[in-house]
Amino acid sequence: MAATSLVIDRRRLLTGAVPAAALLAARPARAAAASLTFEELYGTIGVLGLAFSDKVKALAGQEVAMRGFMAPPLKAEAAFFVLTAIPMALCPFCSSDADWPNDIVVVYLDRKQTFAPPATLIEVTGRLEVGSWTDPESGFVSLIRLTHGRFAVVGRL
Amino acid sequence: MRSRLLALAASVALSGAADAATVMPLDRATILVGSPFDFKVEFEAKVKADEVRITVNGEDYRTALGAGTGFVEVETDKDGKELGSAVLLRGVRIAKPGRYTVEATAGNDRWSVTWEVFGTADAPKARNIIFLLGDGLSVAHRTAARLMAKGMTGGKANGRLAMDDLDRMAFIGTSATDAVATDSANTMSAYMTGHKTAVNALGVYADRTPASLDDPRVETFAEAVRRQTRKSVGLVVTSEIEDATPAAVVAHTRRRADKAEIVEMLFSVKPEVILGGGSAYFLPRAVPGSKRRDDKDFIALFREAGYALATDRDELQAIAGRDRLLGLFHPGNLDYALDRMQLKKGTVGKFPRQPGLVEMTRAALDSLSRNPDGFFLMVEGSCIDKASHPLDWERAVFDTIEFDQAVAVARQFQAAHPDTLVVVTGDHTHGMSVIGTINDDLPGDEMREKVGTYAAAGFPNYEDRDGDGYPDRVDVSRRLALFGTNGPDHYETFRPKLDGPFEPALKTQGGTYVANDKYKDVPGAVLVKGNIPKDEESGVHAVDDVVLQAAGPGAEGFKGYMEESDVYRVLADAFALGATRTVANSPAGQASAGEASAGKASAGKTPSK
Repeated sequence: MAATSLVIDRRRLLTGAVPAAALLAARPARAAAASLTFEELYGTIGVLGLAFSDKVKALAGQEVAMRGFMAPPLKAEAAFFVLTAIPMALCPFCSSDADWPNDIVVVYLDRKQTFAPPATLIEVTGRLEVGSWTDPESGFVSLIRLTHGRFAVVGRL
Repeated sequence: MRSRLLALAASVALSGAADAATVMPLDRATILVGSPFDFKVEFEAKVKADEVRITVNGEDYRTALGAGTGFVEVETDKDGKELGSAVLLRGVRIAKPGRYTVEATAGNDRWSVTWEVFGTADAPKARNIIFLLGDGLSVAHRTAARLMAKGMTGGKANGRLAMDDLDRMAFIGTSATDAVATDSANTMSAYMTGHKTAVNALGVYADRTPASLDDPRVETFAEAVRRQTRKSVGLVVTSEIEDATPAAVVAHTRRRADKAEIVEMLFSVKPEVILGGGSAYFLPRAVPGSKRRDDKDFIALFREAGYALATDRDELQAIAGRDRLLGLFHPGNLDYALDRMQLKKGTVGKFPRQPGLVEMTRAALDSLSRNPDGFFLMVEGSCIDKASHPLDWERAVFDTIEFDQAVAVARQFQAAHPDTLVVVTGDHTHGMSVIGTINDDLPGDEMREKVGTYAAAGFPNYEDRDGDGYPDRVDVSRRLALFGTNGPDHYETFRPKLDGPFEPALKTQGGTYVANDKYKDVPGAVLVKGNIPKDEESGVHAVDDVVLQAAGPGAEGFKGYMEESDVYRVLADAFALGATRTVANSPAGQASAGEASAGKASAGKTPSK
């Protein structure tokens, strides 16, 4: 059954641990990028939806740097991950009971990369993209993304 | 965890008859007379259509169930591997109560099950049912709520909870068809359909095919109410309205996480009152904050269907009394009662005007009671469970007190409308106990020395000076000592979490959970090693029985030990849902909800994974 096989997938997929040293290979963020925080993403937050802030609209298409936490990924290695404002205790990809927070940013990397531990603050630099887009591989719908992303570990929480 | 259970189940099956077909509904199923259900036989091998012999009390199934052959040549798993042939008939009904033995054979495959088809009284006992469910509500939650809200002197409670005065009770078994352990999907599904099912499943038996929306369906309580009566239906929750408990009143899916589809099922049944959280699954994907993967706008669809919309407590007041209410007060779950009322943590800063369970219950009753034919209202104290998982016991107890105040509202309504059955229960329990007090004034360097046990416990010193029924503070100097029986590695702080909901553990890159360092430096915090698998992020449900209490017409049906599926039978009897009648003056063209949604499923809806 679908629900059960999801759980089995989760066990199998997550056994591949990522050596922390691999993270050192990640390139540091570029200095030129404008900084953007999670608090600055939305102008209004309501039950019937969010509206992007003027800052987000102004920075669309440009290089920005954002700090946050990598959500527990579905696979040990992939070309995209979800950046969250606070560390996620749950993996919404893997648990049928967990769900994403509202303020998430999807990061697309140029190439597959091993990931940062969940409680590690990272800085991601990439081109800010705004607007609905459905990932053809995973079906994951995102409204705000960093493409051509690179990330560096800033420190442990 | 579940993969291990599956392996175990498989080995047990193999040691028995090698070629046992599976018949759904399962052996010992109890089925409401006249209710539509899907019939499925899964054969272990690929067989030919003319080899299939299925009888119901000796009569060929095609005649007995009044449908076609339903033969499926072969079913496959997600990798395309053949699983065997099957027979699947949608929406069959049995018109007469009694015992029905189904025998299925094909080649070497054979299996036999017996169902009990039950009738009900011809005349309803109750006009209204208010079914209040505390998610995860355990005995310790009640005890702690009473001690915290009412206090105690000389060993006697200084006051009673509203749920303390319900006069009938039963112990309820909560286990699933696939495990002694259970979740809120299969438990509420058993209450709301009369059929037990598997963990994560709602309104279906769990079949072997990978799609989550094609499993054999059984009728939900809301669908039965629609089919047999002109009563209204209401749902009031503090979780997402697509969460397992409210979903079980209307939905059919093997996978409770199909929340976008559950909104569609909610729309197809159209309960007159829908109040809770979960707006993110109502918004089309282009709207920031949406969690849908399509362009359907359910806010617009419900409005077009005549619903008045509210998104905060003021708007709820403004639309109270209208015939159809859609109140969505949060994109996800509403905040905990403790955060909404006192601490203002969680997301209260972003959503400051969320109504509470009591206001929502009042608004629902105001609206539903205008239907002279009566109503079924389900009220869930959803976050008792949501706080108990992360071992945040003060939040769990505060939500229990709020739930009890909603019970008080239901009891007041019942006093004015004695033709109302009030049922108060949980869906499963948590491993939580009250063991004494934690007294900051006791001597000792370590916090464990301040845990008062036996006579040293004394009595807690919570106060309710404003008389609102809640303790004015939870961080008093002599507070309840609440401990869990299980959990991940975490720091025990011996104190309420005033800075925000507790997050006991965080996930590592290896997929295991480790104690959240955030609490390491809380004075007196000690590391508690987990006692459940390391890939569990929080405490888990307990298998302990639930206590159900009830009052009003029909409540005498609750007694002794009952399965959750037996509770359905008492509810169905109270409304005479098995009576041989139809809605005499039902509007033309209004198909029963069960048929409408079954039809939709057979139209080839793509399941989500």
